[in-house]
Amino acid sequence: MSKIRYERPVIKKLESGMPNKFGTRTEYLPMTHIDGVAVTRLVKEYGSPLFVFSEKTIHSTIKSARKAFETRYPRVQFAWSYKTNYLNAVCSIFHQEGSWAEVVSGFEYDKAISLGVDGRKIIFNGPEKSEEDLTKAITNDSLIHIDHLDELYSIAELAEILKKCPRVAIRVNMDTGIYPMWDRFGFNYENGQAWDAINKIMHSGKMELVGLHCHIGTFILAPSAYGIAASKLAELAISVEQKFKHEIMYIDLGGGFASRNTLKNAYLPGSDTNPTFDDFAESISTALLNSNFKKDKLPLLILETGRALIDEAGYLIGSVISNKRSSTGRRNTILDVGVNILFTAFWYDHKITPAQSFTQYTEDTCVFGPLCMNIDVIRENTELPLLNRGDQVVIHNVGAYNLTQWMQFIALRPNVVLVDKDGKTHVIRMRETLDNMNTMEKIPNHLKKFNL
Amino acid sequence: MKLRKNIATSESGLLFNPVTGESFSVNPIGIEILSMVRAGKTKDEIIDALLQKYTADRITIENDYQDFIDILFHNQLLEHHEKKNA
Repeated sequence: MSKIRYERPVIKKLESGMPNKFGTRTEYLPMTHIDGVAVTRLVKEYGSPLFVFSEKTIHSTIKSARKAFETRYPRVQFAWSYKTNYLNAVCSIFHQEGSWAEVVSGFEYDKAISLGVDGRKIIFNGPEKSEEDLTKAITNDSLIHIDHLDELYSIAELAEILKKCPRVAIRVNMDTGIYPMWDRFGFNYENGQAWDAINKIMHSGKMELVGLHCHIGTFILAPSAYGIAASKLAELAISVEQKFKHEIMYIDLGGGFASRNTLKNAYLPGSDTNPTFDDFAESISTALLNSNFKKDKLPLLILETGRALIDEAGYLIGSVISNKRSSTGRRNTILDVGVNILFTAFWYDHKITPAQSFTQYTEDTCVFGPLCMNIDVIRENTELPLLNRGDQVVIHNVGAYNLTQWMQFIALRPNVVLVDKDGKTHVIRMRETLDNMNTMEKIPNHLKKFNL
Repeated sequence: MKLRKNIATSESGLLFNPVTGESFSVNPIGIEILSMVRAGKTKDEIIDALLQKYTADRITIENDYQDFIDILFHNQLLEHHEKKNA
């Protein structure tokens, strides 16, 4: 006689009318497949934990973002934010979709060049660009977004040495009603710093001011703030035209669009409440179209959104190591997924779905990772179906920042797999090995031997 | 090990304690365990019966059984003196 799938015994007090601080049950169906590939097969072939990216979802997400903007504004260009996810395969998908590269360090700049991105289509942001980085960017005719006056003067000096006219923009920070106001990057709009920097560039005659850039914050839930930012940048661009008879080629509104994730302490799920691309596009395009640009002089609108384009395409498969009870009787489940590879667990209540069938019975659960660290908590409280040791779960919306901010802490980082449009799987980053780690280390001769 | 007197259980998984007025929902395997407890089966007999029926190893079943009994005790559903070695 074949045996019945085991489910641990559970008894739960019924508390009608009492609010449940753990939230309502959200999982009704298991996620047995990702883009048609069985989770069990993925784990068997590539191990657990395992990052899985859906090429189909990346394509459909960028397409819907483009549609939202291109139907509202005539000239739109996306630039892929490398810091959000700079796996070569992921960057290449965005470049195939026509996105330029937006980088914030010499390392990212070199990565874009090594992938074959045309230097003229690389936007170089960030407060730290070495002389070597700037030389490369000027030589390649890249778009350099100036963060501070020291950088402005360095570029002016290099322009003379290299006998080139660098294409630059300034990053502008401003009050858009978003708290905290990101005023540490670039030049302030309200106190006149931005206008000063523009004048210095224009009067220097050593560089070409091609754009104006801002990036108002991260995980922005108020599309109206982008409208304010777009209006302020438009005003600056029009002032430049009036004073210098010089047309600003593009306005770059940066990134910061919220993804479908749910921020910690949010009452309702992000998938239901966060703004859509259409909301952001409506606010930005309305502000630009309502500004005083002439019809045939509308600047190119550049968008550097990263998180909202890649979060949903990334999944993290994990396995249950153990179920325990805390001293207070709370159910604790330990997964093999820790915060070392799921950094965003500090920001979001990630949705977790079992990968195998389950019944309607659930338990209020705290989900821990495997690290020997008290902070290793994946979900502080969630109502999960009854998971057995060895069961798999799929963690959703993990595509942004985890693959750039992950840490090699006490364990080797896992395989990353891409499921392509035909459902074929490709390893796009191999699991690390001890040799990978050891090749970067050197032991001085006098430390090579010891007797215990 | 004995359930407290007057504890009512239904086949559909509802458990009612008339002393405290509290109701509980129990999943099917939990109901099976409660039935075996009522029928006077020992811990080993219950675990053997579950091993025969379900796809799990003895360690998992033993751990989960003990956890279940602990929660019954915590909710005052077992006779007080019966918890030890339940």
